[in-house]
Amino acid sequence: MLTVLFFGRFREELDCARLEIELDASCADLDSLQRKLVSEHGARWQQVLAQDNVIRARNHEVATGNPALADGDEVAFFPPVTGG
Amino acid sequence: MKLSVRVQTDDFDVAALQRELLRGEAAEGAVATFTGYVRNSNNDRPVKALELEHYPGMTERSISSIVEEAAVRWPLQAVGVVHRVGALKPADQIVWVGVSASHREAAFAACEFVMDYLKTRAPFWKKETGPTGSAWVDARQCDAERAGRWQAPKQQ
Repeated sequence: MLTVLFFGRFREELDCARLEIELDASCADLDSLQRKLVSEHGARWQQVLAQDNVIRARNHEVATGNPALADGDEVAFFPPVTGG
Repeated sequence: MKLSVRVQTDDFDVAALQRELLRGEAAEGAVATFTGYVRNSNNDRPVKALELEHYPGMTERSISSIVEEAAVRWPLQAVGVVHRVGALKPADQIVWVGVSASHREAAFAACEFVMDYLKTRAPFWKKETGPTGSAWVDARQCDAERAGRWQAPKQQ
């Protein structure tokens, strides 16, 4: 099982904070997971997750490239941060 | 190095936090601190309220990793970071960074470094409410540039 989280503007625009997804070949890496989310949820998700500034994290670290996903991983999608 | 990271809804007492940076052995010759407050305007728009969201778990981890990077660059005794989340209003304290070191150069530099990186790397998001409604705050290029200065090659 993968846990997928959304934060900030993305959480609001997708009206979704958290999803649980069964890990299989269709989401074996981060790019495939992102494509799967868009294809299963439609145009709104395409619009939000196709933005240039989407930050992706895997297990609490910002992901670079396209890491493979393992059972139990926590993945998050969020816009550039604005704390401080 | 002693490290304390807190993410909390409650306000904080800067004097008490500063005392925590001193370890009682009188090894610290310098403490530098930064306190950030909620402004009453942003980009010339009035701000009436602010909502701070964060990514529990990743927030603490990313701040710890920023502080560990600072400790590689400068000799530090202790670092404390407090960041508030939830509902805030103008004039509220929002963030505090404190650094103790043997000498002021390390304390000043590390305090600024931690704050610059916190603004560009720690997973917090601000939503502002003004007279015409609420909107998520966009990341600012100038914050990315400030953080980028720490990666610039050292001048000869």
